[in-house]
Amino acid sequence: MFTMNGAQLIVGLLERQGITTIAGIPGGANLPLYDALYQSTRIRHVLCRHEQGAGFLAQGIARSTGAAGVCFATSGPGATNILTAVADAYLDSIPIVCITGQVPSALIGTDAFQEVDTYGMSIPITKHNYLVRSADELLRIIPKAFELALSGRPGPVLIDVPKDIQTATVSFAEWPEPGCRQEPPVADQAMLLEAAAMINRARRPILCLGGGIIHAGAAEEARAVVEKGSLPTAMTLMGLGSLPAGHSLSLGMLGMHAARSTNMALQDCDLFIAAGARFDDRATGKIVEFCPAAHIIHMDIDPSEVSKLKNAHVGLVGDVKESLGRLLPLIGRDERKIWRNRIELLQELYPMASPAAIIPDTPYGLILKVAELAGEECFVATDVGKHQMWTAQVYPFNRPRQLLTSGGLGTMGFGLPAAIGASLAHPERPVILFTGDGSLQMNIQELATAVEQQANIKIIVMNNNSLGLVRQQQNLFYERQFFASDFRIDIDFAAIAKGFGMTAFNAAVDCRLESLLERVMAVKGPCLVNVPIAKEEEVYPMVPPGASNSFMLGGCNAEKCGC
Amino acid sequence: MQKNADVERRQVRAGSAMMVLELTVNNHPGVMSHICGLFSRRAYNLEGIVCVPIANGEISRMWLQINEEQKLDQVIKQVQKLPDVLGIVRHDAGHEIFTGLSTFV
Ligand SMILES: Cc1ncc(C[n+]2csc(CCOP(=O)(O)OP(=O)(O)O)c2C)c(N)n1
Repeated sequence: MFTMNGAQLIVGLLERQGITTIAGIPGGANLPLYDALYQSTRIRHVLCRHEQGAGFLAQGIARSTGAAGVCFATSGPGATNILTAVADAYLDSIPIVCITGQVPSALIGTDAFQEVDTYGMSIPITKHNYLVRSADELLRIIPKAFELALSGRPGPVLIDVPKDIQTATVSFAEWPEPGCRQEPPVADQAMLLEAAAMINRARRPILCLGGGIIHAGAAEEARAVVEKGSLPTAMTLMGLGSLPAGHSLSLGMLGMHAARSTNMALQDCDLFIAAGARFDDRATGKIVEFCPAAHIIHMDIDPSEVSKLKNAHVGLVGDVKESLGRLLPLIGRDERKIWRNRIELLQELYPMASPAAIIPDTPYGLILKVAELAGEECFVATDVGKHQMWTAQVYPFNRPRQLLTSGGLGTMGFGLPAAIGASLAHPERPVILFTGDGSLQMNIQELATAVEQQANIKIIVMNNNSLGLVRQQQNLFYERQFFASDFRIDIDFAAIAKGFGMTAFNAAVDCRLESLLERVMAVKGPCLVNVPIAKEEEVYPMVPPGASNSFMLGGCNAEKCGC
Repeated sequence: MQKNADVERRQVRAGSAMMVLELTVNNHPGVMSHICGLFSRRAYNLEGIVCVPIANGEISRMWLQINEEQKLDQVIKQVQKLPDVLGIVRHDAGHEIFTGLSTFV
């Protein structure tokens, strides 16, 4: 018989799950949990400076490894603070397990100190959630939470644990098995045959790889299919890295900030194959005008995604890795010379960036220089804004999980804590963070966490002293009324980082950026460099929100395009 | 293998009554929030609910009256994903539990 309190049981179960890092902040309602964690020799606790930081740090671990990340928060404000990170994980299907303290059971519903309905608030932003009602339920709930977070379409699970449950004594005869990813279902064979026939018949197919490819570990299978069928392949923001950027069949990202050539090819395709992608409006533009001439094959593990927004002619519900693996022998080798020539022509006419746009003093140039210095092994985190889209457009992502970015929720403040998480999970590899001056200020307190943990992250602040992407929309769609998007004070980010004890640099306007970046990359541990970027640098091309992807503003050689 | 609840289809009576989903769900205080939350969050119209505990209160049976022809497949797929939903029967031609209820209003 084992006897312990609920908090010790939780920590024991987390240890048995193989968890080695937990990010969080203690408070009244989860102190028993912290008392139990203090006893653990296997789990390292990372004290963040805001619960949202803890949630994103756990996401950084999960996104960079594929394993579940774990975070702790106390009741009330601790819980509300962490919910943004939980919602973010929900929209990007990231497996995290969030354990919140709650007021004692007897006080629930009385508006007790620091009581909020965490369970109720987390229902629509979690894959599943629990309010624990007795300590022995934990034996079932904790493993189940991991099973749910990791199985099928991954996602966040929240467990709300009242304080009296944490201190209650539990006795049990046997530890339960740790919860793990369940074997995913496999798509219907008849459907697979039909899909293969459609691919073999298609003259102008385009494959689109989404985040599901990365979650399923299906990049290799995808690449084999791409190459055998000579399928030009676009990626969603979440799918970047599933086919190396330099691959001859890669079209890069599709959608709102895609290369003109990519969206033009999509308008023209006769078959659109979505693999682990969910037809998000940022990817499709106005959905009724997306791939107007195409048949649709949709592969997804989540049945509710198939035909949710665009009717699929063939739906392959099941593990996308299996589906692609089984498609491979069924599809014919085909060079698709005409179609590929046509796309190559478009790509020559409308490249992502002109040669002039990639000198180091431009946003693209900066990103490419950092990529060159950082090497292929690094992870790249971004925040949300122009800097994120520039990175998505030109960074040479070459493998799944290399990019950590908030896609679905688009949460400013994601980058710094997520980068720390990735770094703690991969201490031997550098992590680059491209952030904006607006986003950095959303979770700037986590600079302290980075220094305390000596995380090997290199923070590139692309500082345009504005909420750049918002400003761009005002520029393009609100008659240049720049309101509430320009900052009126200049912040010395290097001085601030130094205040946290971090090595930091300011790139002067006339400095030699390359040698400065080399110095930054050579620093051991965390380092920040502030790089001024002109406010007027916009992200192009751009499809206006709500417009068809065929309607793009700006970008290289836009004037040559009749559309 | 992770599996969503299966859907059974029953055509009891013909007529123009609203379709009804009959769910078997785990019985705990959060289940009703999960179901109702799903409908409000995804903007599905839920017209009526009847819920009773069965099997010693371990599970409940729930009837949902739904006015959502266009999105019905989506509704069902989303409901199936809830871990607390154990079974679904769809009654395309309505269910008499609601006819009976109308005598009370
Ligand atoms: C938490 C949050 N609040 C507001 C927004 C809306 N928003 C999107 S981009 C952006 C500006 C981002 O500015 P910055 O981080 O400086 O990046 P830049 O666009 O200048 O590169 C804002 C305010 C958001 N995405 N997230």
